Amino acid sequence: MEITTESKRNVLIVTLAGDLDEHTAGDLRVTVERELDKGIHEHLLLNLSGLEFMDSSGLGVILGRYRRINQAGGRVAVCDLTPQVARIFEFSGLARIIRTYPTEKAAMAYLQGGAS
Amino acid sequence: MPAPSNFVRMSFPASSLNEKFARTSVAALAQVCADWNYQDLADVMTAVSEAVTNAIIHAYLRKDGVVELEVNWYEEEAALEIVVRDHGVGIKDVGQAREPLFTTRPDLERSGLGFSIMESFMDELQVESSPGTGTSVRMVKHWHAT
Repeated sequence: MEITTESKRNVLIVTLAGDLDEHTAGDLRVTVERELDKGIHEHLLLNLSGLEFMDSSGLGVILGRYRRINQAGGRVAVCDLTPQVARIFEFSGLARIIRTYPTEKAAMAYLQGGAS
Repeated sequence: MPAPSNFVRMSFPASSLNEKFARTSVAALAQVCADWNYQDLADVMTAVSEAVTNAIIHAYLRKDGVVELEVNWYEEEAALEIVVRDHGVGIKDVGQAREPLFTTRPDLERSGLGFSIMESFMDELQVESSPGTGTSVRMVKHWHAT
């Protein structure tokens, strides 16, 4: 799985491509934790436009990062979910905890402005 | 059930690399047997990924082990049967293990949703296990014309 990170003001944008399963979840956890440890980000955006597959291991690692950010008073959003990923997000109920958006622009508006 | 119209039996090491191998292999066999729609195929792949992941991290605790994967296609019933078997530690209480969100490994950020996903994404799910003898997970998905 390819993970690229970018900082836009106080938002850490993490873009994923490939498959997020138990084999690759650890890389995502380590990468996000490392970036957050820099202490310059308040919010987290996961851009899943390139993610072709996700199973419950992905849910676990995303929820873990949500807990960290949420506890620090920040927001988390996910954008550009492909159909299979959207399905598992909905099924798990995670879509009720972490906001999902069709585009990065919409997600950023929520993270930075308080628009829903 | 009568003899399957098509089948594959394979064994592979309990390596996390093989989570993808297993789910794509099952999809590959399913696709030569019938014209599956995208969602049903994705559901099957997700369920297989969950079962194989369980074998790797729970049954064998990420140590050496062999996972057996059996896929049977029954043409007349239009049913895809998948069995994931391991000879690992086994499950003490299968009912409890199948409860949504129950996990023995919250330290690994496990969601505890594996069995719930298998149950909801497939049409049938049977789990047989006991401590010391390993676990067998049998799932069935019925093919529907789109």
